[in-house]
Amino acid sequence: MKPPAFEYIAVRTTDEAISQLAKHKTAKILAGGQSLTPMLNFRLAHPDMLIDINPIKELDYIREQNGGLRIGALTRHRLIESSKLVRDKLPILAVAAGEVGHLAIRTRGTFGGSLAHADPAAEFPMIALLLDAEIKARSASGERTIKTKDFLVSYLQSAVADGELVTEVYIPGIPAHSGWGFHELCRRPGDFALAAVCAIVTMNGSKCSNARIAMAGVGATALRAPEAEALLKGKAPDAALFKQAGQKASDASDPSNDVHASADFRRHLVDELTQRALKDAVERAAKA
Amino acid sequence: MAEKKQIEVKVNGTSYKREVEPRLLLGDFLREELALTGTHFGCEHGVCGACTVMLNGSSVRSCLMFAVQANGSEIMTVEGIADGDQMHPLQQSFWDHHGLQCGFCTSGMLITALDLIKNFPLASDEEIRLGLSGNLCRCTGYQNIVTSVREAAKQMRAKKAA
Repeated sequence: MKPPAFEYIAVRTTDEAISQLAKHKTAKILAGGQSLTPMLNFRLAHPDMLIDINPIKELDYIREQNGGLRIGALTRHRLIESSKLVRDKLPILAVAAGEVGHLAIRTRGTFGGSLAHADPAAEFPMIALLLDAEIKARSASGERTIKTKDFLVSYLQSAVADGELVTEVYIPGIPAHSGWGFHELCRRPGDFALAAVCAIVTMNGSKCSNARIAMAGVGATALRAPEAEALLKGKAPDAALFKQAGQKASDASDPSNDVHASADFRRHLVDELTQRALKDAVERAAKA
Repeated sequence: MAEKKQIEVKVNGTSYKREVEPRLLLGDFLREELALTGTHFGCEHGVCGACTVMLNGSSVRSCLMFAVQANGSEIMTVEGIADGDQMHPLQQSFWDHHGLQCGFCTSGMLITALDLIKNFPLASDEEIRLGLSGNLCRCTGYQNIVTSVREAAKQMRAKKAA
């Protein structure tokens, strides 16, 4: 189908975007458009106005800060995937970026947009949750920083308030001697995950000093697995431990039945993918 | 109806000035307004790839962009790939290796392949398949498309190195 009619305004600066958002309370932000435009084409959304923020150059950047990365909201997936800085500092982010949709989607899709869209099966919200990213949002009344766990509210619902624009995401650095693991299962490349699990494991000698596990596609939002994480802390990781952690992670998931997979199958996937992600993370930590 | 917007866009080397409704999809602009019907709509939600065009040097879904957004941009569609009557080596390869049947997916395949060949190593058929995974084909079973892209890449890169 074709999109319903809407008013359209393109803005060139963040200030302009904020002022237009304040003026037009029911307007929607048009960033990459790779999730919004399908909704318009299906007539699932009927915004009366779109504020096109693509011309805002000042929101397109990847910078280092305090060992972490500051990423502008309009940074394209494609850039994150290919950025040398990201591949060196935060390879799991580059890998996740490469899993988003297809090449043409990644040309336009944006990091801030992906987080604000808050699809529970999407890669970036899961990675942001794993890495305890902080999301900056600005409105006419000021700026605030929102932790990912508070930002991802529910299915396609983020904490972005009316009149607010996501401007930047800060991802804290990963400690030394850490390794990452990322496993996503879908029937075809580019599909949304039936389930995805990612992990960061930090080693202290032969023992795990810290573990983080996040999952996507198995709840109303991306989820962490705190009990599984606690299980690994202070222990020497082995297959048996991974199996236990997998079970705990599966217990922490909250998947539903749908045409693509049953809840049972998704729970099984979380178990299996957690084990694989942890194994990879530990192997990478050894090389780090 | 919303106020129409003036846009200026270069398509296959020619500049066009037009007035468009904001909701007009880029693909519809190319097909209906500019009569460049080589770009096709298969799904209108970004998954099939038939609508893929080159925007400022990178492949995009023309079903997921509005024509207004292309203001000031340079676009290449399938009609712009050949050099006059001379087929592009990629097109020649699709011809030589029977990489198309009905042709509906082909325009999208060609644009995506050009993007891939320029920007990715494509060290294996697996990589080519992964790169083309956003372009669906109902006719060929993909094998000849992969062969066409692989052989074209070899040729194009050898030529570049020469």
